Amino acid sequence: MVVAVAEDSRGQEHVRPWIEQAKAEYWCLIDPDHRVASLYGMANVPRAVWIDERGRIARPPETAGSTDHFRNMDPKTLTMSPADQSARDAGKAFYVSAIKEWVATGRHALDASAAQEKLPRITDDIALAHAHFRLGVWLRRHGAVEEGSRHLADASRLHPESWNMWRQSADLEAVGKAAGPEFWARVQALGHKPYHQPPDLPGFPSGRRGG
Amino acid sequence: MTTILTGSGEFTASATNGLWLGAADAARVTGWTLKPDGMCRDDQCVPLPSTATGAGRVDVEAFWRRLGNPVLCADDRQTWVLGDGAGDRNAALGGLMAPDFSLPDLSGTPRTLSDLRGNKVLLVTWATW
Repeated sequence: MVVAVAEDSRGQEHVRPWIEQAKAEYWCLIDPDHRVASLYGMANVPRAVWIDERGRIARPPETAGSTDHFRNMDPKTLTMSPADQSARDAGKAFYVSAIKEWVATGRHALDASAAQEKLPRITDDIALAHAHFRLGVWLRRHGAVEEGSRHLADASRLHPESWNMWRQSADLEAVGKAAGPEFWARVQALGHKPYHQPPDLPGFPSGRRGG
Repeated sequence: MTTILTGSGEFTASATNGLWLGAADAARVTGWTLKPDGMCRDDQCVPLPSTATGAGRVDVEAFWRRLGNPVLCADDRQTWVLGDGAGDRNAALGGLMAPDFSLPDLSGTPRTLSDLRGNKVLLVTWATW
């Protein structure tokens, strides 16, 4: 079973066209408060958690097959080279086939100690950041835009690794801002650090040319 | 009325002097019950100082902080967040049982993760932004 969760504070009507276009048979849920990101310690999208039949985490949150090839995009045209495009598609295809292997044979599930080692570590600052984020989204939704934005800024300051918080806040200011020049400057500032940490699966094609 | 945002949802209650709530409201919002020993849930009781309880009411802000959890309020003190603390969150994840949640689908129908028990589940997040 697939459960797809939209981390989208603009809510149901904003995400409707995407979900309707996907024509999915699985659950497509809407999470304006980023509750799932808070519960599972996720700082970006797309992230995946594998959960077994007993409700146990078989693989903690990890990048759901996305790669960093988008960072080689031409900044003017926002297009990727054919080689980067196919490398990116290969990453997604690899991840989907790993999921299928898990479903069919149980392969790639981690034992308890390996899974625990890969869990995110939630700090007091991160916990407080999620509380600020919650209040900020609520205040904006109820018309207190300026005060809400202040809490969203506090959230990003306390949890600077969270692309979810920063990009969602930018999107609430203006649709498109989450992928605008400030976003690209932040990506650039990562230097050699990954934007999407590759999933720890043997053979995953994570390589990015250029760097 | 005061709005209180918690991990379980959004509540309204009649609060006084910050986030002092009557015992019934405090139980409804926090899941903890006011008893002579303090605030109690299952077998566990958290003692409260005399400054945080009286006349059948409890200072929920003080109680929540005592649990080590974040508390925030809006400038007008009419909206509060009782956040999840890092300790509880790490302990829940460390047990490796997938934290449960209910969220609506496009039709507004709430869906609960644990209802899928017995199946392998791929939980995946995405966003439009």
